[in-house]
Amino acid sequence: MSSPCRSHWATWVRGLALAGLAAACRRETRQFDNWPPTASAAAVVREVDLQPGPPTRHVDLVGPYDGNAYGTGEGKRLYNQMNCSGCHFQGGGGIGPPLMDSQWIYGSQPENIFQTIVEGRPNGMPSFRGKLGTDQVWQLVAYVRSMSGLLPKDVAPGRNDDMQVRSQEQSTTKAQPGRSTLPPSAEHP
Amino acid sequence: MIPLLQASQFPGRHSVLEPAGAQAALIKDGLWDPMFVTASVTFALVVAALLWALLRRRVGGETLEDPARQRRLGLTVSLATAVTTIVLFVFLVVDSTVGRATTATPGHSALQIRVTGHQWWWEVQYRDSLAQHWVTTANEIHIPVGRPVVVELRSTDVIHSFWPPNLSAKRDLIPGHENSLWLEADSSGEYRGQCAEYCGHQHAKMAFLVVAEPSDSFAGWLAGQRDTAATPADSLTRRGQEVFLGSACPMCHAVAGTPAGSRVGPDLTHLGSRRTLAAGTLPNTRGNLAGWIVNPQAIKPGAKMPPNALSPDDLQALLAYLETLR
Repeated sequence: MSSPCRSHWATWVRGLALAGLAAACRRETRQFDNWPPTASAAAVVREVDLQPGPPTRHVDLVGPYDGNAYGTGEGKRLYNQMNCSGCHFQGGGGIGPPLMDSQWIYGSQPENIFQTIVEGRPNGMPSFRGKLGTDQVWQLVAYVRSMSGLLPKDVAPGRNDDMQVRSQEQSTTKAQPGRSTLPPSAEHP
Repeated sequence: MIPLLQASQFPGRHSVLEPAGAQAALIKDGLWDPMFVTASVTFALVVAALLWALLRRRVGGETLEDPARQRRLGLTVSLATAVTTIVLFVFLVVDSTVGRATTATPGHSALQIRVTGHQWWWEVQYRDSLAQHWVTTANEIHIPVGRPVVVELRSTDVIHSFWPPNLSAKRDLIPGHENSLWLEADSSGEYRGQCAEYCGHQHAKMAFLVVAEPSDSFAGWLAGQRDTAATPADSLTRRGQEVFLGSACPMCHAVAGTPAGSRVGPDLTHLGSRRTLAAGTLPNTRGNLAGWIVNPQAIKPGAKMPPNALSPDDLQALLAYLETLR
């Protein structure tokens, strides 16, 4: 093969690689303004799987920011701004339960966590109804899920702006995504 | 250039060259002026020598080996070195003298003000023997003219530096360590100050305003700041107060006279009387306040205040309420 031919091929390969890179640029949509704002809205969440009549098929919900790195990053910021760290610390738990392990008292699905944040839970979790917009709650949901490895790795935020011994994204035990929305608290007495 | 233009929009003079207090005058007259004159003269001499060397035509037959010429050149270099050393030594003495003079204690009549640095705003507290007379405000320091003021400096997070260039030198605010500095304003006016130690993302938007006023109007201001917030008088401001207390605001902010008592963010009891918002970032107008409440991250990215999703009606009521907090 002559050298001009090889350089011709190389040009094509480079061009294709560049086109591939350009295509990879559009990773996700970033929504900077979520208007009109709504103070809060509770998701329709079932607390138990039991129902009269035959069982119906369950559809897993996906949080609107579950695959969105920007939304998850915003959730991380809200986590500190709303002082979630006051009780859950940086995910390791203290006054509140840890968020980076695989145990979920009230369920790990996005709608469960949404419900927990907006409505609160007995024994200490306050209700943030009226304090956060719906989109902000969904961003928080995405971040809380990223802490225990329920979101893809490329979505989870990886850098802290403040001093920290260990970031919450470095949790060692990753949760397995559950199939059911049924929270463990409802499974057995 | 752009930061300079931006700074000029804000109330308050901000210049080392217009001293308005004894400290700043010492720095300008004792340090800046002599150094500027000396440096200018030195610069002119160096440029003149350089030009002379460039333009001078070498005389034919002139050699460096001539012993008389060697001696003359050696003498010139020695003389220049000696003069430089003397000048530098004089400045060393002047520098330490001015430094000592600016830090001399102001006496017992001084007013104590406690300033605490936060990322990225200044908490200002006037203490009193009676705890209910304590006044807490933010980003605006009122001082009486002609009375020394001791500023106690603390920090809750990282190192900041307190610097109102018209009034005094700068002094660091160090976490876990109390620093202090004193200043005195000769004439009434508004003087801008700025954090002078890089303290994170919004270091540049961490300014404050020193308002120097005659002692009777200062006393009036202080008495006014001791009051609790006005009770809403009409239905709109009442609705605004409900919005304030019902949304995320009281999680961080305090308004004296209401259940809101959190100390995470600036005290808002007399927000309406302040000249700037967000630590000198914006002039305090209704529109700026609305923008700041709804999306602070667009104005001061990284600030600790989250965006607040409020419906237009709620926002207008809240603004009306906040404007009554004078």
